[in-house]
Amino acid sequence: MIYRENGQFKNSYRADQQIFPITQDRTAIAALLLFAVVGVPLLADEYLFRAILIPFLILALAALGLNILVGYCGQISLGTGAFMAVGAYAAYNFFVRIQGMPLIVALLLGGLCATVVGVLFGIPSLRIKGLYLAVATLAAQFFTDWAFLRISWFTNNSSSGSVSVSNLSFLGLPISSPLSKYLFCLAILVVFAWLAKNLVRGHIGREWMAIRDMDVAAAVIGIRPVYAKLTAFAVSSFIVGVAGGLWGFVHLGSWEPAAFSIDRSFQLLFMIIIGGLGSIMGAFFGAAFIVILPIFLNRALPALGDLIGVEISTAAVAHSELMIFGALIVFFLIVEPHGLARLWSTAKEKMRLWPFPH
Amino acid sequence: MGFFLETVIGGLMSGMLYSLVALGFVLIFKASGVFNFAQGAMVLFAALAMARFSEWLPAMLGIDSKVLGNLLAFAGAMVLMVAVAWLIERLVLSKLVNQEGITLLMATLGIAYFLDGFGQTLFGSAIYKIDVGLPKDPMFLLQNVFEGGVLVNKEDLYAAGIAATLVIVLSLFFQYTSTGRALRAVADDHQAAQSIGIPLNRIWVIVWSVAGFVALVAGVIWGSKLGVQFSLSLVALKALPVVILGGLTSVPGAIIGGLIIGVGEKVSEVYLGPTLGGGIEIWFGYVLVLFVLLVRPQGLFGEKIIDRV
Repeated sequence: MIYRENGQFKNSYRADQQIFPITQDRTAIAALLLFAVVGVPLLADEYLFRAILIPFLILALAALGLNILVGYCGQISLGTGAFMAVGAYAAYNFFVRIQGMPLIVALLLGGLCATVVGVLFGIPSLRIKGLYLAVATLAAQFFTDWAFLRISWFTNNSSSGSVSVSNLSFLGLPISSPLSKYLFCLAILVVFAWLAKNLVRGHIGREWMAIRDMDVAAAVIGIRPVYAKLTAFAVSSFIVGVAGGLWGFVHLGSWEPAAFSIDRSFQLLFMIIIGGLGSIMGAFFGAAFIVILPIFLNRALPALGDLIGVEISTAAVAHSELMIFGALIVFFLIVEPHGLARLWSTAKEKMRLWPFPH
Repeated sequence: MGFFLETVIGGLMSGMLYSLVALGFVLIFKASGVFNFAQGAMVLFAALAMARFSEWLPAMLGIDSKVLGNLLAFAGAMVLMVAVAWLIERLVLSKLVNQEGITLLMATLGIAYFLDGFGQTLFGSAIYKIDVGLPKDPMFLLQNVFEGGVLVNKEDLYAAGIAATLVIVLSLFFQYTSTGRALRAVADDHQAAQSIGIPLNRIWVIVWSVAGFVALVAGVIWGSKLGVQFSLSLVALKALPVVILGGLTSVPGAIIGGLIIGVGEKVSEVYLGPTLGGGIEIWFGYVLVLFVLLVRPQGLFGEKIIDRV
């Protein structure tokens, strides 16, 4: 009843091509943004910021980047952790080695380095397809794991192998409190989500989708596979690289290569599969799900054990966490292979017709 | 020269072990088009079952003989793997028929997490031993040709022998039994196979059981070599480049790919490692695969991929 576009007429092409053509969507998004900027800081405590909100924002950004590659261009990548690592370590080197390098510039330069590496490892995608490509991207993962562990130049010759940054600031404002970190990540995420949304509905996004749906047919109608695939790799690894920089700089503060291991790659892939392939919204849903689920299980299981009077050891909790996580993933894939984003759009369809479905 | 030979032989042995795990991948991919990421978890699960059953069953039944105890444990673990295969088919695969490859891949990752957690809940997460009586003493070959001879680990030799036997048995099974023929038919074309009356579901249970059997053998051999612990499930990551190098659909490919990567890894680690800073075993296989794929996108022995519009 409330959610429908009746009576909203478009008088210009501009109005027709807005990101959110329906007024209710626009208000909802504006309200959500307002809540994220004003409401959340008032409500959330430090734990919530550190454990949930900041990881959620950064991983949502990374998932967004990965979704461009996997969801929109159809190139399966298991090397996301590697591109995050490149972004983080490159940003670190720019930040530490160049005096007075602003944080945001270091992050963007890190993203650019990730782009270069991404395109490099994307070149095989011109010949290799599907699962073969997935395994080939693992080469990036293991190679960067090794490189950042063994080549001490990357870590500024730190003796322990871990690197750390401090004194972060943006336009003169220090980024040290959880709140300022949260707002910083939020700002970057909003900008990138907006850019990504516009990219995927523009002509380049359509090229990616054509390649995804059938690359031979796309080539026949005049889309250059080389250009489309490599731009997807470039854009995707740029976003992922910036997310990696944020993960290292803002979330962790000090990190070692294990922070960007293959588990991270799988985690991100889970996010976009559960959230929904080929949907910007899906990256957010997936990230929220995967970030919150382990924390929830970690708290709920011991509480559940207390309830029925069984002491659950930490090992048992860890193992049941794995089990429930795995089972839930399978469950979601069976119930809705197109992800939470599809559920969301089905719900929206229903809402349009409600309360008179005929 | 003796040292070089030693390295190569060591590489061949570990390559054989990689192929054992790779074989499980190929079997399932051939028959159901599923890229089974859970193979590593299955190896861990099977090895855990074997290790614990060989403690529990003899104690329960009061058997003293070690051979009998091990045999019982092996049988018990095999029954468990068949049950796992059946459950996977029932609860997961049959619900995901006709989904895209990546969805199935993710589902097997989910299964992998589940099996990791389930196995350790059921059997505990300490480090266990499997002792099936493989001799551990080294032996020296060709002592009259080279000074000091060539050192070979007897355990590895047995393991390679077992792996080779397994491959031959499986090839015969695929080639000459009616079940094997049905498996090959399903691998070729699901719909055509179904339309001439081959029960897809049963075939999938069989194929996952066979993969479970391969996982069990791999688990026993790896487990008796390294001890049964969580890191055993990571051998799958070692086997991935092997599968891809040989071609996803080729059983001989898995073997030859394993041997190539095993030898390449050892030789490069010994001769290139010191200049590059060591530890290059981790990525050597993958980078090698990357370059081979550039020339042959379907792997060395895979079926040629033909794109049709």
